[in-house]
Amino acid sequence: MALEWQVFCQDTIERTVVAGCFGSGGADGTQTYLDWLLQAWGQTVMVAALSLVVALVVGSVIGTIRTLPDSPVAARLGNIWVEFFRNIPLLVQIFLWYHVVPVLIPVFADTPKLLLVVMGLGLFTSARIAEQVRAGIQALPRGQRYAGMAMGFTTPQYYRYVLLPMAFRIIVPPLTSETMNIFKNSSVAFAVSVTELTFFAQQAGEETSRGIEVYLAVTVLYVISAFAINRVMAFIEKRVRVPGFVASTGGGH
Amino acid sequence: MLDFSVFTPEVFQAYILNGLYFSLLLTLVATFGGIVFGTALALLRLSGIKPLELVAATYVNGMRSIPLLMVLLWFFLMVPFIIGRPIGAELTAVITFVAFEAAYFSEIVRAGIQSIARGQVYAGQALGMSYGQNMRLVILPQAFRNMIPVFLTQTIILFQDTSLVYIITAHDLLHGFTVAGNNLSRPRESYILAAVIYFVICFSLSWIVKRVQQKIAIIR
Repeated sequence: MALEWQVFCQDTIERTVVAGCFGSGGADGTQTYLDWLLQAWGQTVMVAALSLVVALVVGSVIGTIRTLPDSPVAARLGNIWVEFFRNIPLLVQIFLWYHVVPVLIPVFADTPKLLLVVMGLGLFTSARIAEQVRAGIQALPRGQRYAGMAMGFTTPQYYRYVLLPMAFRIIVPPLTSETMNIFKNSSVAFAVSVTELTFFAQQAGEETSRGIEVYLAVTVLYVISAFAINRVMAFIEKRVRVPGFVASTGGGH
Repeated sequence: MLDFSVFTPEVFQAYILNGLYFSLLLTLVATFGGIVFGTALALLRLSGIKPLELVAATYVNGMRSIPLLMVLLWFFLMVPFIIGRPIGAELTAVITFVAFEAAYFSEIVRAGIQSIARGQVYAGQALGMSYGQNMRLVILPQAFRNMIPVFLTQTIILFQDTSLVYIITAHDLLHGFTVAGNNLSRPRESYILAAVIYFVICFSLSWIVKRVQQKIAIIR
């Protein structure tokens, strides 16, 4: 079974081999499968990156309010949020965002589908990040909170200056795996036809009947991306480490 | 705006029940298969024999760095090639999930084995046990006991992931809801119901996990 890599140099419409492997681009220019592959990679990166921003912001807020000392109602709401988004499969949530939300919530009526997927993936992951943030804050010795209070800090102040800076440093390792998860999970955008890597794999594999070559290329891109994320996060972990501070969190995977 | 009246018990029986059955079966088979092969992979990785370690590590890291959807596509493409005839989406899904979950379970088992105090290993060796005896009689029973909550959590994740067999059109729970929604022209209501059912199942399971965790925590 010989591999036929020339498939990537083919025009996606004419199916003729283009010299140099890249299409001429532009609105009515030619596009090769290689162009499309790279574009799909870009889409995957974009979906993952935007979702990560949503997940980090929402997850941090929810995780933080779950640890507030005197607000049982807020903590309750935080718990409900986490249970809700954690116990429904991602694909079902994406379908809800895509098919149900635009009809029921008028604000989202004209939202492009890429952003709907970003909301779905982002909020799904926000529940998991909220868990990590909560675990990170609770892993800190109680004395840190009291020390902040004793300094005369208000609650937002001691969270801002004492608890959160430590908590976020502790949870860098679990956040690394969440970042890698979000990158992999962005593949479910395929289900609502966002042209990301997995969508490309399936479409191009079918069109060209060169499934193995196409899948291999896509798989390699996923592996490279996962490795890159891993390295970047390891770098961040090293940079932000508090010298001499060792804490462990019970993090899932 | 939403009308759930068409979703009668008959509809559930006609569209949903078989899918639910398949999803649960897939979860069970993948969990047990995953634990068996995952343990084997973990033992290979801890065997101290370099080539075996490398093979197992490559398999586990490879599986863990690509999305399940991509793994499903691979198996859907390759399994008929290797076996020589098409075997259907459902069987492909089962094979894929066992192979995929084995990688994740092997990491859990590896962590579990490594969490056992070194003294236990030495104690076994001091009693004159072989490697196999030591693993079987001393290390693994303790390791598995510690791993039970993590296994269960992974099983819940696995159950949620079974919805992804959608991509190779296997007839699972979500597929049932999709078909019901389309045939009754109530797709929105159908997806909401799907979310409710998945939520109820996963929420109850994680409640059970919490109880088990409390029970097991005592012996630590």
